[in-house]
Amino acid sequence: MTQILPLFKREFFGYFRSPVAYVFLIVFLVVSSGLTFYLGRFFDARVASLDAFFSMQPWIYTFFISAVGMRLWAEEKRSGTWELLLTLPVRISEAVMGKFLAGWAFIATGILLTFPLMMTVGYLGDPDWGPIFTGYVGSILMAGSFLAVCSFTSALTKNQVISFVISIVINLGLVFLGWSVFTNLLAFLPLAWVDALSNFSYTTHFNGFTRGLIAFKDLVFFLSLSFVSLLLTVLVLER
Amino acid sequence: MIEVQSLHKRYGSINAVNGVSFEVNRGEILGFLGPNGAGKSTTMKMITGFLRPTSGTVLVDGLDVQEHPVPIKERIGYMPENGPIYGEMTVEEFLDFIADIRGFEDPTQKEDAIDRVCDLCRLNSVRHQSIETLSKGYKQRVGFAQAVLHDPPVLILDEPTDGLDPNQKKEVRKIIKAMAKDKAIILSTHILEEVRALCTRIIIIAKGQVIVDESPDSLMRRNKRYNALAIQFEELDLEVVKQDLKELPEVAAVEINEGAVEVYPKNKQSIEALVLKFCRENQWHISHFEMIPVSLDEVFWELTA
Repeated sequence: MTQILPLFKREFFGYFRSPVAYVFLIVFLVVSSGLTFYLGRFFDARVASLDAFFSMQPWIYTFFISAVGMRLWAEEKRSGTWELLLTLPVRISEAVMGKFLAGWAFIATGILLTFPLMMTVGYLGDPDWGPIFTGYVGSILMAGSFLAVCSFTSALTKNQVISFVISIVINLGLVFLGWSVFTNLLAFLPLAWVDALSNFSYTTHFNGFTRGLIAFKDLVFFLSLSFVSLLLTVLVLER
Repeated sequence: MIEVQSLHKRYGSINAVNGVSFEVNRGEILGFLGPNGAGKSTTMKMITGFLRPTSGTVLVDGLDVQEHPVPIKERIGYMPENGPIYGEMTVEEFLDFIADIRGFEDPTQKEDAIDRVCDLCRLNSVRHQSIETLSKGYKQRVGFAQAVLHDPPVLILDEPTDGLDPNQKKEVRKIIKAMAKDKAIILSTHILEEVRALCTRIIIIAKGQVIVDESPDSLMRRNKRYNALAIQFEELDLEVVKQDLKELPEVAAVEINEGAVEVYPKNKQSIEALVLKFCRENQWHISHFEMIPVSLDEVFWELTA
């Protein structure tokens, strides 16, 4: 497992070797706070919490993390560098892990850079810091699951656009399942079924975190979704 | 060192590699020849463990590549075709990354190894340039440097001199030759003179099968004009010369071609001393005497066309 570190380093700093990383970070921050203020009506709520910010995140991640994750393997396949990578003395699982962790760290950097929002609520009111802290923990965990799904779709193809589209479809589906507007459409189904379905959603499991709760089942959901997606990535690459 | 046993690779209904077997020992440089699409690269990719064979085995140092991929990859230096390298990194960053993966832990040792390959491949002037800005020749040399960084006992080079200018080609060949003593090297190429200058053994692959596995010399012997002579005489009836030369027991055939007599030996043996002596005894005055130059190209053409 020692091989993960050099892979991680190469991949993580690789993001900053191209302008894409900076464009991504800036747009991500602008969109995150923009949606919080305008769509989330941050000020109108007159509550010192980041609920408006967190509730937007599954939607933002669907697009932004797919954009980061689409290149994970597709780019290596297109440029042929995966031939070099997979003939170096690394296990495929190590390569998958190294690249995933680097992408995750990059996204986590973006998430943590939203700290001015936190400072804003701190300045304007007297927020409960507990849910804000767990919200960030949940947010980063959830981002990991989004990215792991992208890692899988990216390994399927050498075309980044295809990877992007498929990962959006899967991730959007997993967001929809827990969205009240969508579940209301399923009212014709027995309630138990709807509940079961929404158990597969990011939103369902993320809600606890934003209320200051770190529940075991939510942790298990995000970690196992990441694990399964990464396992599928390894299987696809082992071909 | 490397044992390849009845390797097959099938893509759908196409047999890219169809039962390839050979061995390479330490000290050998094996030249892989074949038309495009013959299965050279596919075979090399299976030896390096990048592609999984449909059937057959590859053993390196007695270990099966499928069962022990990591220890085998540690022993192999591989230079893929077209040098796919992370373009956004600088040469130094890239080699540093490879050194980390190759397990150089001591920083001075790592630095030494990187210095060594940069000297060897003349990369010092571009060490801090990002790879995508380099010319093809430099990129190719970065790919080569990466493959030899850990001084591997097995070296697999897919068209190592492709895209280099004649001077660089010569240099890379010199480097490969200098390293060959204690390594097993497989290289593929389209340049036949390169094989002749460099390799101790040649394998020709066509349609996924090995059709020739022998030394460059014996491959040259397959040329029908191997050791044949072309002689021009001063004022002589060539027909007479032809008849007389035919009488020699070592001579297989004599032909007249563009004013010269072409003498073909039996069993491709060397006959120039014998024929010269015979001409002198008959007091024929020779104006021009040469061994007909033979090339691998013709042999290659006959075998694969």
